[in-house]
Amino acid sequence: MAKQIVKMNLNGQEIEQLVDSRTLLVHFLREQMNLTGAHIGCETSQCGVCTVDIDGESVKACTHLAVQCDGCEVKTVEGLAEGGVLHAVQEAFYEEHGLQCGYCTPGMLMTSYRLLQDNPNPTEDEIRIGLSGNLCRCTGYQNIVKAVKSAAVKLQQKESATA
Amino acid sequence: MNAPVKTLEERKTELQGMGDSRLRKEDARFIQGKGQYCDDIKLPGMLHMDIVRSPVAHGRIKKINKEPAMAIPGVHAVLTADDLKPLNLHWMPTLAGDVAAVLADEKVHFQMQEVAIVIADDRYIAADAVEAVEVEYEELPVVIDPYKALEPDAPVLREDLAGKTEGAHGPRDHHNHIFTWEAGDKSAADDAFAKAPVTVSQHMHYPRVHPCPLETCGCVASFDPVKGELTTWMTSQAPHVVRTVVSMLSGVPESKVRIISPDIGGGFGNKVGVYPGYVCAIVSSIVLGRPVKWSEDRIENISTTAFARDYHMDGHLAATEDGKILGLKVDVVADHGAFDACADPTKFPAGLFHICSGSYDIPTAHCSVKGVYTNKAPGGVAYRCSFRVTEAVYLIERMVDVLAQKLNMDKAEIRKKNFIRKEQFPYTSAFGFEYDSGDYHTALEKVLDAVDYKALRAEQEQKRNDPNCPTLMGIGLVTFTEVVGAGPSKICDILGVGMFDSCEIRIHPTGSAIARMGTITQGQGHQTTYAQIIASELGIPSEVIQVEEGDTSTAPYGLGTYGSRSTPVAGAAIAMAARKIHAKAKKIAAHLLEVAEADLDWEIDRFKVRGNEEQFKTMADIAWAAYNQPPEGLEPGLEAVHYYDPPNFTYPFGIYLCVVDIDKGTGESSIRRFYALDDCGTRINPMIIDGQIHGGLTEGFAVAMGQQMPFDEQGNLMGNTLMDYFLPTAVETPTWETDYTVTPSPHHPIGAKGVAESPHVGSIPTFNSAVVDAFAHLGVTHMDMPHTSYRVWKKLKEEGVQL
Ligand code: FES
Ligand code: FES
Repeated sequence: MAKQIVKMNLNGQEIEQLVDSRTLLVHFLREQMNLTGAHIGCETSQCGVCTVDIDGESVKACTHLAVQCDGCEVKTVEGLAEGGVLHAVQEAFYEEHGLQCGYCTPGMLMTSYRLLQDNPNPTEDEIRIGLSGNLCRCTGYQNIVKAVKSAAVKLQQKESATA
Repeated sequence: MNAPVKTLEERKTELQGMGDSRLRKEDARFIQGKGQYCDDIKLPGMLHMDIVRSPVAHGRIKKINKEPAMAIPGVHAVLTADDLKPLNLHWMPTLAGDVAAVLADEKVHFQMQEVAIVIADDRYIAADAVEAVEVEYEELPVVIDPYKALEPDAPVLREDLAGKTEGAHGPRDHHNHIFTWEAGDKSAADDAFAKAPVTVSQHMHYPRVHPCPLETCGCVASFDPVKGELTTWMTSQAPHVVRTVVSMLSGVPESKVRIISPDIGGGFGNKVGVYPGYVCAIVSSIVLGRPVKWSEDRIENISTTAFARDYHMDGHLAATEDGKILGLKVDVVADHGAFDACADPTKFPAGLFHICSGSYDIPTAHCSVKGVYTNKAPGGVAYRCSFRVTEAVYLIERMVDVLAQKLNMDKAEIRKKNFIRKEQFPYTSAFGFEYDSGDYHTALEKVLDAVDYKALRAEQEQKRNDPNCPTLMGIGLVTFTEVVGAGPSKICDILGVGMFDSCEIRIHPTGSAIARMGTITQGQGHQTTYAQIIASELGIPSEVIQVEEGDTSTAPYGLGTYGSRSTPVAGAAIAMAARKIHAKAKKIAAHLLEVAEADLDWEIDRFKVRGNEEQFKTMADIAWAAYNQPPEGLEPGLEAVHYYDPPNFTYPFGIYLCVVDIDKGTGESSIRRFYALDDCGTRINPMIIDGQIHGGLTEGFAVAMGQQMPFDEQGNLMGNTLMDYFLPTAVETPTWETDYTVTPSPHHPIGAKGVAESPHVGSIPTFNSAVVDAFAHLGVTHMDMPHTSYRVWKKLKEEGVQL
């Protein structure tokens, strides 16, 4: 199988790796980089448990090749907390009981993170639509929606504190 | 300086014991991507297994050519049934007393059945090799409809059972017949029906659905040829039973088999069974002497591992003219697929279906369930419910609605008239269940008040009379009782192992503790809630109590987590183990305080000398003393084990109400309101209970409104990906309103009944009741699920509903 060099910024670190050209990003992350936060739940881009952030967009890593990330900035759930401090979405999911089995959680967090970057003050409908590419079988979404709202408030408070 | 004295309330709060909405202990790892699920496990030298599956639903295997696959670099082995035969592992026993093929032995019985396995260096090469294995099939006639399967000239599905007229559950009277199971008193019920002024009947099909947790099934098997030890990480809801089965199948002594259920990404019944994939990965590891990983993909998950339901039911009620039910009769044809692999207690091939008299005082009842083989995948698990309780609740709640419609009675009124009254508990049903406790009338009134039921009915009336109203409004009401917490081991066992559960608690010298259980969490939050029980029982803060489950080498033997049995059974084991420790602690406290045990009072976290507030010993003091200066004659240490065999099941109940608006033009249903009142007895963590209820309601919504596994005549499953199989997103999912009453279980040490499955069991008939109610004024009494927009739209057309 043809191998290719891929360079990317992964969670703030510049990396250079040799990958099979057919390797999916999710397998690259999980098996080559040992970042097992992004999970696999389907092979049809439906469930969103593999969601990561690539150059400021939510991407389903199960239907994206690792080689497509050459030169990109990739953020996974492992890169969400900074300097040992949890990101507001992580805190909020914990406080609002936004997870149960935790399998959808990394993807949910990454989508929520991006959603709030793009729309810092979303309505409930905007949150529900924004999360519609991420399935959860455990929570019924109600507490996830609450968590995203709460994270929005937290982020805004942080913003105004530093402004 | 003395530390300020804490009030009783402060001390209690600090424990975060029962009743506290304590945040979850397990979350820290999950929100940081540090959970450890099966597919996250990576061992040195690990190989990957993938499965060659049958494209046909019924056929004879003429030839398998492994060579092209073996020629691919990186492929280590291709194994078929012929390779497993010398080990006698090509068939395996099922939980239901049948056998199932591990790899198809000469014949395939359902589409996607396991035919061969390949082992390769990585999952990509394994997938290539699967494509390269050449299999020739001779197609045979396919039977999909269980009624047709019972016709005299129906094709013989299970040739391996030829001539077997006796199955695990009694006589077989046809080659595709598995069992007929009955409960209740047929002649008494027949008699009641003969005399009753009113009878109603309804046929209904509870479709085949799949639990579909977001994590599929998988395992990593690692056999150490030097030590002869087998360790397997597995997505299992019942690791201890799996260890027993693996030991029996492989011949490796149980003491050398270690099954570990790591973090599990949802189970909902899908992860109870022992699947061919697990067995093959284990065999491969033993044969190759290297770790082998198997991870199912979604298509395989939906197509092959553990479906649920598929019950074709005929319900009959006999009643007086004013709506008092006199008798219930039910006949079921149960489609079990190609092998009888239902996960039920051994003596109950239809699970606890005979809870189908529901919350009602019905004097006579009879049910019969006939299990049938078809060319579909095996399974029949309890999808977020106790064994077949979902089917039972659906049946009775539908039938009560049908009767109400026939008598032109209100759904709430007919229920009030037939409820088992508070003072009748403990109540023995016509099927012989002894209901522990309940107060249905109070709960129903609470819901009717909360939603202003009268106003809703008035609004519905007004809308029905308004030809310009763009929607049909339906009100669904369900008043269900579940039977969970299997179970008393005198009647419930799995493969001969009684359905007890267990707990081991050890208090460390410095007063923190570890507890290990025979159950396994799949999102229910055991690490949080179990600690709360111990905190309240022993006065140790939840925060310093570690809870461990899922590793058969460290945890005491337990039957696992399904059928809402964790709190009813393991929760009781925790309380009982804690009470043993409490009793010993009291002896130590008496010794330390130099008083008699009888002079001590327990208060939150300490023993006090009665009448002398200043003299006390906290549990932390006692723990230290237990390792340091135990009283003479008492062994050191502070720990206990308890195996809890429940005296009875528990009977949680709930009252659910749903308002639906159906678009007359498109058939789209919009859930305007869903009010769920649950009574699960004593509540351990209200936050977690609410979360469980939200989740269960959402799964119920999925089943009622969209989930199905349709097959075409050739036995092709039409829709086995998440593109077709309905899992609701945040957009479709309604907003849930929850409420509760508390009627503790009198026989449970802490009065808890279990909750996680009630919302699934109770909500499905509620949605159904609401949709049918929207059509009720047109004379419609029943509509089969799922209520997809298309199916509802067709019904609108059929009934001539004009926009
Ligand atoms: S794994 Fe399901 S969308 Fe990627
Ligand atoms: S928490 Fe289990 S899938 Fe979302």
